[in-house]
Amino acid sequence: MSSLLEVRGLGKTFSAHRALADVTFDVARGEAVALVGESGSGKSTTARVIARLTPPTEGSVQFGGARLSNRAFRARVQMIFQDPFASLDPIHTIGYHLARPLVIHKRVTNKSELGARVRALLEQVGLSAELVRKHPHQLSGGQRQRVAIARALAVDPELILADEPTSMLDASIRIGILNLLRDLKEQRGIALVFITHDLASARYLADRTLVMYAGHIVESGPSAEVMDAPKHPYTKLLLASLPDPLRPFTSAPISSPSKSGCPFASRCPEVHERCTSLPALHSITTTRSVRCHAVSASS
Amino acid sequence: MSRLVVEDLRVEYLTAKGRVRVVDGVSFEVGPGEIFGLAGESGSGKSTIALAVLRLLKQPAAITGGRIVVGGRDVTAMSEDELRRFRWREVSLVTQSAMSALNPVIPIGEQIADAIEAHESVARKPALARAAELLSLVGIDPARTKSFAHELSGGMRQRVVIAMALALQPPLVIMDEPTTALDVIVQREILSQIAKLQAQLGFSILFITHDLSLMISLCTHIGVLYAGRLAEVAPAAKLTTPRHPYTQGLVTCFPALHGPRTELVGIAGAPPDPRYPAPGCAFEPRCTQRLAICGTCAPALVRIEKHHEVACHRC
Repeated sequence: MSSLLEVRGLGKTFSAHRALADVTFDVARGEAVALVGESGSGKSTTARVIARLTPPTEGSVQFGGARLSNRAFRARVQMIFQDPFASLDPIHTIGYHLARPLVIHKRVTNKSELGARVRALLEQVGLSAELVRKHPHQLSGGQRQRVAIARALAVDPELILADEPTSMLDASIRIGILNLLRDLKEQRGIALVFITHDLASARYLADRTLVMYAGHIVESGPSAEVMDAPKHPYTKLLLASLPDPLRPFTSAPISSPSKSGCPFASRCPEVHERCTSLPALHSITTTRSVRCHAVSASS
Repeated sequence: MSRLVVEDLRVEYLTAKGRVRVVDGVSFEVGPGEIFGLAGESGSGKSTIALAVLRLLKQPAAITGGRIVVGGRDVTAMSEDELRRFRWREVSLVTQSAMSALNPVIPIGEQIADAIEAHESVARKPALARAAELLSLVGIDPARTKSFAHELSGGMRQRVVIAMALALQPPLVIMDEPTTALDVIVQREILSQIAKLQAQLGFSILFITHDLSLMISLCTHIGVLYAGRLAEVAPAAKLTTPRHPYTQGLVTCFPALHGPRTELVGIAGAPPDPRYPAPGCAFEPRCTQRLAICGTCAPALVRIEKHHEVACHRC
C-alpha cells in the first residue's frame, strides 16, 4: 500500500517543554491508525501539527506526495475535535455549519444543490435532515459529534484526524460514533488518525496502534498484537492499569518522565544502566517497532 | 446500622414553566464499610443525589419528597447550623475537578488545617501537623504542605482533595467521578489508594461514575440510574450478568481488549428529556425487549433475588 501521510522526525517545543520528539510514522490510504497514551504524551499535539493548526519545531509532514497550499490540504484532510459543543458555533444553525465547507471549497454550483448536499450529509451520519434549522444547543452530545463528522465529510476528505471523538460522550452513545467512523473507513476508504486514551477503542477501530509516552512513540504495531503481547514496559503498565474485575486495585509507583535518556526510565520496572541513553524506535518484526533497549528482534 | 439511608428521594427543578423531576423515588442504603456505586449517564441524576445527601442543591433544584438518614438523623430536616456541623464531619465530598475544589492562593496544608479548625477546637500548629499526616496518608511528601495547587500534578491534586475529605474521619465519603479527569495509570493508582484507606479506616463510600467496568472492579454494591430512577441494584459481582435491558446494553457498549473483534451495537437513541416525562418506563423508547405494558406503566423496583432488585416488567 502506498503511503498517504508521511510524518518524519516531528519535534515540537513549547517554551522549555519538549512536547514531541522524533515522531515518525506513515498512514496508508484507507488505513486507521490509533495514537494512544496518557494526558501530556503528545498525541493531540501530533494531530494538531499534522492538521497545520500549529507548526512543528522540527521535522516534516508530507501528504499525498505533494506540496499543498493550506486550502488544498484542508480539502483532503479534515479534523474532528473532542468537545462537540466547543467545535460548533452556538449562533449558527446546523445547516450553516455544513454549508460553509461546501461553499468555501466550491463543492456546489447553485443554491438548490447546496440544500440537497447538506441534507445528504446529515443522512450519511445517521441524522434526520430536519436538523438543518436547529442550533447546536438543541442537539445532544452524540448528535453534535455526528454534525462535526458530517462537516468533515463535506469536502470528501481522504484523511480524517479524530482527536478523542468519544471521550466527552456517554457510554451508550460512544459505540455508535466509533461504528460510524469505522463505516467511513470501510465503505468510503477514508484513512483515519484516531487519538484516544482508551486502548479497547483503539483496538476496535484501528488497524495499527502507536503508543506514545512523553512525546515519543514507544511502540507500534497491529492493534490486536500490541494489546495481546505488549513489548514496551510502558505499554504493559498501561494495559495493566485498566479496570478489571479479576484484578483488584493495588498500588504502583508514579513519577514524572525522565528529562534525558529513555523518558520512561524513571518509572520503568526493568530499568538498566544503558537507559540513560535514548533508545531508537527499532523494528522487531516486519510490522512492529519498539523504543526500548531491553527489547530486541529475537526476544 | 446503615451509614446512609435514602428513602423514596425526589428532587425537582422548580422552574417558571413548571416542575421538572430529575430524581424520582430513589431508595438505597449504604452499610458500614460498603462501597456503593451509583452508575449512570449525564443527566441520570447521580450527581444530584450526591448533592442532595449533603443538602448542597442550589435553586431551582429542591428536595420535594423522601428522606435521607445519616447516623440516625434526617438530613432533610436539618437547620443551616446543624448542616454546617454535619457536612465534612459526618459526610464529606470528593469532587471531579480537584483544581477547582482547591483554593489557588492558599497552600494546601493551610486549607486542610482550615477545615480541621472549623470543626474542632484545635490550635493552628497541631492542625497543620495533622494536615501533614493526612498528606502522607495519601502518599504525598508531608513537606508539600506549603505547595500551591498549581504546583501539583492532576493526580496529586486529587489525592489532596481525598486527604481533605478524610480530615475529620467521617463515616461516609461521597466521591463524585474522582478519577474521570485522570488517565488510566493515575486512575488505578488513586483507586488503589482509596481501596487501601477504606480497608484501613473503615469508612463507607458512595462512589459515583459513568464507568461501569471501573465500578464493578471497585464497589461492593451498585445501583444503576436511568432518567432519575434506579433501574437495577445488585452486588457488584452480579452486574457482570445484569437483568435490566439498560444495564445489559451498557455492558455491551465497551469494546473488549482481547479476543475476537466483534461488532458492538450499543444502545440506539438517547436518554429522554426530563421536561417531557413519558407515562411508561423511561427506557421504553430505546428498549429492544419492550412489552405492551412498558409504554403505559412505569415498572417498580422489585426484588428478584436476595440483594438483587430490578425495575423491569420482564423480570
